Amino acid sequence: MLDISKLLEEIKASPYEELVITAPHTGVVSFGSIKEGDRVIGATGTWNEIPGTSLATLQRERNDKIIRATQKGVVKKIYTELEGTFVEAGTELVRLRHFLSKEEVLSIILKKALFLFEAPERAKYYFAPDVDSKIKSSGSQSVTVHDGMELFIMSRMKREAPLNYSGPDGVIYSVYFQHNENIDAGAALIGVCPPDQLALIEDVVVRVQTEWTEQE
Amino acid sequence: MDTEKRTQHLTERLTYIKDIFGDKQQENIRLLETKLEEFIQRENSLSAEDKFAALTTLEDLFGFVERNLENELTAMDKVRIVRHSQRICLRDILENVYDNYTEIGGKDENSIDPSMLIARAYITRRSGKRVYHQPVMVIGQEKGHGEEFRNGGSVKPWGNAKALHYMKVAETENIPVHTFVFTPGSYPIEDSPGAAQQIAKNLYEMAALSVPVVAIFSEGGSGGAEAIGLADSRLMLSHGYYSVISPEGAAAIEGRLRGGDRAGADLVEKCAHQLKITADDNVRMGYIDHKIQEPALGARPYHYEFFRSLRQEVIRATDEVILNVKGFSPFRAMALRRRKGKSIEDLDLENIHVRWSLSKKARARLIAKRHAKFNKLSKSAFIDRRPVHRRVAAWFVEKGWDTYSYFKYDLWRSHQKKLMYAVEEVDAEARVLMDKVKGPWKKLTKAIPASTSKADKEKELTMLSQWDEEDQGKGQWSYISPRAKEDRAITCPNAETHGCQDLWAPDLFGEYAGVCNSCGHHFPMEYQWYMHNIFDPGSIFEFNTEVESANPLGFEGFDLKLEQAKNKTGLKSSCTTFEARIDNVKVVVATLIAPFRGGTVGAAEGEKFIQAAERAKKKRFPFISYVHGTAGIRIQEGVNGVIQMPRCTMAVRRYLDAGGLYLVLYDTNSYAGPLASFLGCSPYQFAIRSSNIGFAGPGVIKETTGVDIPPDYHRAQKALSRGHIQGIWDRRDARHNLSQALMTMGGRNLYYR
Repeated sequence: MLDISKLLEEIKASPYEELVITAPHTGVVSFGSIKEGDRVIGATGTWNEIPGTSLATLQRERNDKIIRATQKGVVKKIYTELEGTFVEAGTELVRLRHFLSKEEVLSIILKKALFLFEAPERAKYYFAPDVDSKIKSSGSQSVTVHDGMELFIMSRMKREAPLNYSGPDGVIYSVYFQHNENIDAGAALIGVCPPDQLALIEDVVVRVQTEWTEQE
Repeated sequence: MDTEKRTQHLTERLTYIKDIFGDKQQENIRLLETKLEEFIQRENSLSAEDKFAALTTLEDLFGFVERNLENELTAMDKVRIVRHSQRICLRDILENVYDNYTEIGGKDENSIDPSMLIARAYITRRSGKRVYHQPVMVIGQEKGHGEEFRNGGSVKPWGNAKALHYMKVAETENIPVHTFVFTPGSYPIEDSPGAAQQIAKNLYEMAALSVPVVAIFSEGGSGGAEAIGLADSRLMLSHGYYSVISPEGAAAIEGRLRGGDRAGADLVEKCAHQLKITADDNVRMGYIDHKIQEPALGARPYHYEFFRSLRQEVIRATDEVILNVKGFSPFRAMALRRRKGKSIEDLDLENIHVRWSLSKKARARLIAKRHAKFNKLSKSAFIDRRPVHRRVAAWFVEKGWDTYSYFKYDLWRSHQKKLMYAVEEVDAEARVLMDKVKGPWKKLTKAIPASTSKADKEKELTMLSQWDEEDQGKGQWSYISPRAKEDRAITCPNAETHGCQDLWAPDLFGEYAGVCNSCGHHFPMEYQWYMHNIFDPGSIFEFNTEVESANPLGFEGFDLKLEQAKNKTGLKSSCTTFEARIDNVKVVVATLIAPFRGGTVGAAEGEKFIQAAERAKKKRFPFISYVHGTAGIRIQEGVNGVIQMPRCTMAVRRYLDAGGLYLVLYDTNSYAGPLASFLGCSPYQFAIRSSNIGFAGPGVIKETTGVDIPPDYHRAQKALSRGHIQGIWDRRDARHNLSQALMTMGGRNLYYR
């Protein structure tokens, strides 16, 4: 059984992920005005139409290409020694420290703690009618699944086929797909939690919600 | 009226004055304030009679101060008057000006668009002992102060469609249309039918609406106003404004503000003054026929005298329009014309009877008159440096063409056509007969394979081409963009999603014609590229080159900007008109060129466009409008610019009604006024893949509606799916597709009828 408390402690010990920004292609690097310790943001706006903070410029054949931050974070390291030099593709340019938000921490823990049932192929998925009505009336956690249970309808090109659940028994803790959206093969559809761990997981969720302080 | 009500009324009048003048006129406001307060304090100690007397004195004082302040009004004060919640609105007019009315298709918020109000109304007149009920269709924007669902009079596309629908109904019923313009501008959304498209449709239909239209302007904000403002008689309330853009909008453009920053009050005030938006300005410039005097500081719902004069004015305007096109009505027309030195009440129009329906011939005259009226406008708002002898010569050439085309097309061609149709009929009959006779022989020969495939031939004739390097002489363009001389690489914007490689500028702007060879993304190109690569080499003959953009309003600093644009581009206006050939098919082309002040349209551009349409009509050539880019109407020309919307649309209508083929091709960014009029009314609109097409830019949409729009909202693909344009072309295929379009839509003689 997964020790969730330990996992949470581990994440707490290093509450961020390090993003390594590398050169996407060869070119001459210039870092512009960013400094170590600067806060940066990724692309924002409803359609990600507002570009993120500019980190560096890579010039090749008099074609300036701006390298931008992909996520919110703090600049940890800039390889300033590369300023003005020609670098190859894949060279590390900047390291960002992205502090995890509550949602990210929760999803990390849940993905480790839950059994993830994956989509066997790219298709649209729906819950079987009886399950669907149950979920709609009283939430996904009201549904207990067991191995071999007919749980999904897999729909491709208007052809529908039933899909049976295989895995440990438990309740559906989280649902990762949406109706009318194509799901890639191998992507998680649902996260199943064994009944005995349910209390534990709920406890962790509460703990994350209350204890985790997001660092800007 | 009891004292309490009267006091309340005075308080409202004071608030109104305060709102209109803001920080100005403090002394007068303070005087009224103290007098009113004094009275309120004393009120209880006074006897009823004294109260009455004191109130009368106070009211007189208010009237006196209001009349004094009236002379101090600036353009911006008038804008504030028009926007004030105490201003009269269409409902008040319906109640007080017409004798009876029924609202059509709307009950408060339950309407297809509550901001457009339609009503069938009556005006009752007495002539001798007889009583006449004269029906009219009243159409107008209802601001409905405090009614949020009316969007403050900003009409959505379907509201304008509703207006158009009921204009058509009025046409069927042969009753006049009275439109009341109470709008700060149209609601800028592209949801089908699209704001621009619908206004264009309205203008196009109104250009030939065969019943009298009288428009009364109170708040006329550009496109929204034009959607119902194209009229035989245009009246304006003395405290209204009619403008190409709100003073705030103009200030934002002038002050180069971005991201929702607000312009300072001084700049707004200055812009309002410079735009020449008041009734007096518009009457002077000729865009408004007559001003209707309002009471001091603007009409409010309790000004019953004003409604009476408004009633007289609309009756008079309608009578005038009708008598002008009716066959015999000398005395009544004379009575109406005797205006000078007489107040409208003296004329006693209620007693003159004019039947408000028109005969078929009178309807035709009405439309011709309307066209002539609009054609005359804004003639002095541009520069024409031609010497007199050349103008005279040009006039003679035009008349020559008139005569020539009359003989060739109207006289000869119509007889020729009749003959040809008869021959065709006989020929077709004969063929059927021959088929029967030859039947057995054909069956025998069918077994032998034919030399050319019929399917290939069919494909060649009917399909639009697919891009194929072989077709275009391996990218050997006759004009190469100067950007092709730069030794540098360029990244396609779709590189991240489509994995496009970097493109070397000489390749991209040279051989590839500005098209990414991986994803087909179109980089914008110079207008010269199209001029040289679409039309037959050396076939371009430019005309009306002398017509030059000017600064008719004397807008501060605009002369310099115009001069810069002229020097930069070597052009005299953003519109270039020329005759050219495509695959030896002669065409007349009007272009709008983006580098010249954003391709904005002013009086010079409008005039050139109209002349081009007229030329195409005379010579019976297809008319192509190639839009390299347009940002809309040139705001610095004020109403001189916005009037080009109806003017050019009417020219297009004349051309199409005469049987012409009008094609529009968009290239880079085309927005606002031109799109909402003479470009948008074309039945055949195509776009090069690089184009963005829409009514208002994202910034304006955000500011006016508060809605964020997706980055691809105005892309050509979206315009196609909204039904705005009829096709998207690859730039490299533009020449072929244009020639194909001419052939398939115009037929062999390239003229419909």
